[in-house]
Amino acid sequence: MNKKVVVVGGGIAGIEASAFLSYMGFEVVLVEKENTLGGHVLNWEKLFPTMRYGSEVLDFLLQGISPKVNVYTCCEVNSISKKEHQFFVELSNGENFISDAVLVTTGYDLFDARIKEEYGYGIYENVFTSADLEMIFTAKKTLLTKQNKVPLKIGFVHCVGSRDEKVGNVYCSKVCCVTAVKQSIEIKQIYPDSEIYCFYMDLRMYGMHFEHLYKEAQEKYGVHFIRGRLSECFENVDKSILVKVEDTLTGRPLKMNVDILVLMVGFVPRKSTKKIADLIGLENGRNGFFKTKDQHTLTNVSNIPGVFFAGCCTSPKTITNTITDARAAASTIASYLLHHEIDKRTINLAP
Amino acid sequence: MSFGFNILKDRQIDFDTNDLSLARFLSLYEPSFRLCISCGGCTATCIANHHSGLSLRKIFILINRGITADIKHELDNCMLCGKCVIACPRGVNTRGLILKISELTKNSEI
Repeated sequence: MNKKVVVVGGGIAGIEASAFLSYMGFEVVLVEKENTLGGHVLNWEKLFPTMRYGSEVLDFLLQGISPKVNVYTCCEVNSISKKEHQFFVELSNGENFISDAVLVTTGYDLFDARIKEEYGYGIYENVFTSADLEMIFTAKKTLLTKQNKVPLKIGFVHCVGSRDEKVGNVYCSKVCCVTAVKQSIEIKQIYPDSEIYCFYMDLRMYGMHFEHLYKEAQEKYGVHFIRGRLSECFENVDKSILVKVEDTLTGRPLKMNVDILVLMVGFVPRKSTKKIADLIGLENGRNGFFKTKDQHTLTNVSNIPGVFFAGCCTSPKTITNTITDARAAASTIASYLLHHEIDKRTINLAP
Repeated sequence: MSFGFNILKDRQIDFDTNDLSLARFLSLYEPSFRLCISCGGCTATCIANHHSGLSLRKIFILINRGITADIKHELDNCMLCGKCVIACPRGVNTRGLILKISELTKNSEI
């Protein structure tokens, strides 16, 4: 069996799918545009809900990449063309491959918080994003205000760039609620005397252990949750941030000064999504992510036979869901290459 | 003297000046106080609510915002039946908290 699969994107979905495809005896070419495999997980220190280091998960996944997987880093796909049942793939380093299937695992970008100008990111010094916080944690730096003060009051703003028609993203990014809870706990562990306020619209603690983490944040760490969406914030003379919000549970406007304001940025389709879609002729869904053929039953299947999806290129996902999705994609591709095409089964396709 | 008009009080909750001493005390005395998620289960099951409008959910959230002026008066309507304890999905010791809040507000100007 010498069938070949090209995997586009070396984040955790691409890594795990490549591992399983190579276990099953297929030749795998894994293409990553950065100089190292791992994607976004490289920039995240600890993971919810276990507080395990992201690097541990990555180490585990990389154990699946044997020398049998041909990894090309610092490399992009220049062109893909399909002739009958084969794909002709040209990489930016000049290499060409003929493959029998293509797996797209191009992932997501984080929402650019500067678009929500009313929250002042990039304008006010002490407005951070959740990713900035992780950068500080990963670099083992101390969290301080830009004036090198220990922050005593910290606000977290949920749903920045998610569930917001004004920025064109109507969907929930799924991971930010519990990330805010996780980061609140981490700050409370560093600064037990700090006061933390999370401003939320709904708290979506859908994961098996998320609610437990939320309860722990309230009971053990005394993190406060205020229901209301921040309307705007301002910078004071001393560079602290004044936030304005409606406390919807008392039905009154509320104001508060915080030393640091953290914006929980959501997921948006990766910039290259459109380019790759045009390259192969893939369909984008209404949210701009790649469109799966069916939302219940054909989640790894694209509109083009032989092209499949895994991970966050189709929707925001947790790490747990992404790994599961990658394995599912690998088995879907295997069944396709062994002529048990899943999309030959019929279902009335939802719009 | 009435001029036929008066100055409206600012309804805004100011989190930099509000008095959170009662909230802080209750959080330490009965940590389950921190667990309220304002679901309203206690209020829905409350017999006193039907005639007096007593709402434990509202009282808890007001304490957490430092608005404690009317609490004593409101809690006088509670008959201590304890149904709210049974209704609470998060295990808040509601009846215990009512007793403690009543005791604290009886002897002070809170």
